Amino acid sequence: MNEINITSAKYGQDLSGNNSCVIAIIDNKSFVVPLEPANRHYAAIMEMVDAGTLAIAEADNGE
Amino acid sequence: MALTKVTTGTIADDSIQSLKNRNLIINGAMQVAQRGTQETGVTTSGYKTCDRWAIGLGNLGTWTVDQSTDAPNGFSNSFKVTCTTADASPAASDLYLLRQRIEAQNLQHLAFGTADAKSMTLSFWVKSNKTGSASWVIRQSDNSDKMISKSYTINSADTWEYKTISIPADTAGVINNDNGTGFQLDWWLNSGSDFTGGSHATTWSTFDNTRRNPSNLGVGGAVNDYFAITGVQLEVGDVATPFEHESYAETLQKCLRYYYKTDNLGVGVGTNSTSINVRTSFNVFMRTSPTASVAGTNWEVSDDYSADVTAATPTIGTTYTVSNSSWRGRLEGFTGLGTGRFYGCKPSSTSLIAFDAEL
Repeated sequence: MNEINITSAKYGQDLSGNNSCVIAIIDNKSFVVPLEPANRHYAAIMEMVDAGTLAIAEADNGE
Repeated sequence: MALTKVTTGTIADDSIQSLKNRNLIINGAMQVAQRGTQETGVTTSGYKTCDRWAIGLGNLGTWTVDQSTDAPNGFSNSFKVTCTTADASPAASDLYLLRQRIEAQNLQHLAFGTADAKSMTLSFWVKSNKTGSASWVIRQSDNSDKMISKSYTINSADTWEYKTISIPADTAGVINNDNGTGFQLDWWLNSGSDFTGGSHATTWSTFDNTRRNPSNLGVGGAVNDYFAITGVQLEVGDVATPFEHESYAETLQKCLRYYYKTDNLGVGVGTNSTSINVRTSFNVFMRTSPTASVAGTNWEVSDDYSADVTAATPTIGTTYTVSNSSWRGRLEGFTGLGTGRFYGCKPSSTSLIAFDAEL
């Protein structure tokens, strides 16, 4: 059972152009997830990335 | 009242348990539902309606989840799930359960992993159209993945019944002193054979899927099957004491550590006609840096000089920085913002942003 249904993920950036979050679609809704291992959404994203079932896209230009 | 020793039969531990904050469960009376009072068409896991309460749902029907007003005397609400599309023959790995996770640092007084480990008692009210034996489980994953599973019986259909379950101490399983999950408590409603093949683990045992739901209640085998709980209390000691009622404000304050929905969009600067960079602070220190999401429509901001500016379909462009106490990011979807002009949120019932730091 996947407790968190994540269908896509893309990095968001801070004002200096560094990756600062992941913008994820979870249950068809947009969530802005911090790069924090204790955050359950980020943990689920990284679990899927490690399993090869999700790739985090690069941030859009100008993010 | 002298507190040298409480000897009434209703207080469990003669070593003097705290009379307040006995309950390790948060929102056990289901009073607080920041996410809303009903969610329909539910087919996936997640936190629905009552704060701190989640459902675990894997390919087992479609459900309506309610913060229900059906409750036993002395309570106002229950956490209720009702089947709208049944699954009479769940596949082996299908499952359905209700869940609360308890933060590990809130369990340190149990002294698990030491010779002084404490036993506990769970008590709760339950109501269902289904009768028979059901399974209830604690999973404790720190250091060694362990579990307890117990059965209880629903004797009468459509009737609120009070249940108690004894949980032994664990002198071997250390619970980390951190902000991760200490206990995961599961009320099993239904599952396939992957979870039913074993026997109940009535002493702390190595985690085993087959021992999680040996007593399968089978809720969801038919449309309109339902299951509701409230008055949930987990406490130290061998006796279930009366439920520790809290004010709504007390319970809400505890819930805000894990989920925070607010009309305080923050204060910031327009970066162009559609976007604004804002910062906002949380009312409490959250468990960890939270996930941000839109929780309303028609966000409104104002520079307190010219006309209000609205985002009919708002989005959050990015998070610049976030901690467990504040958030800074970009809100998008407005029309007519002034670049470089300061804006503040205009509180309204629809200008809502949510921060989620649940376990």
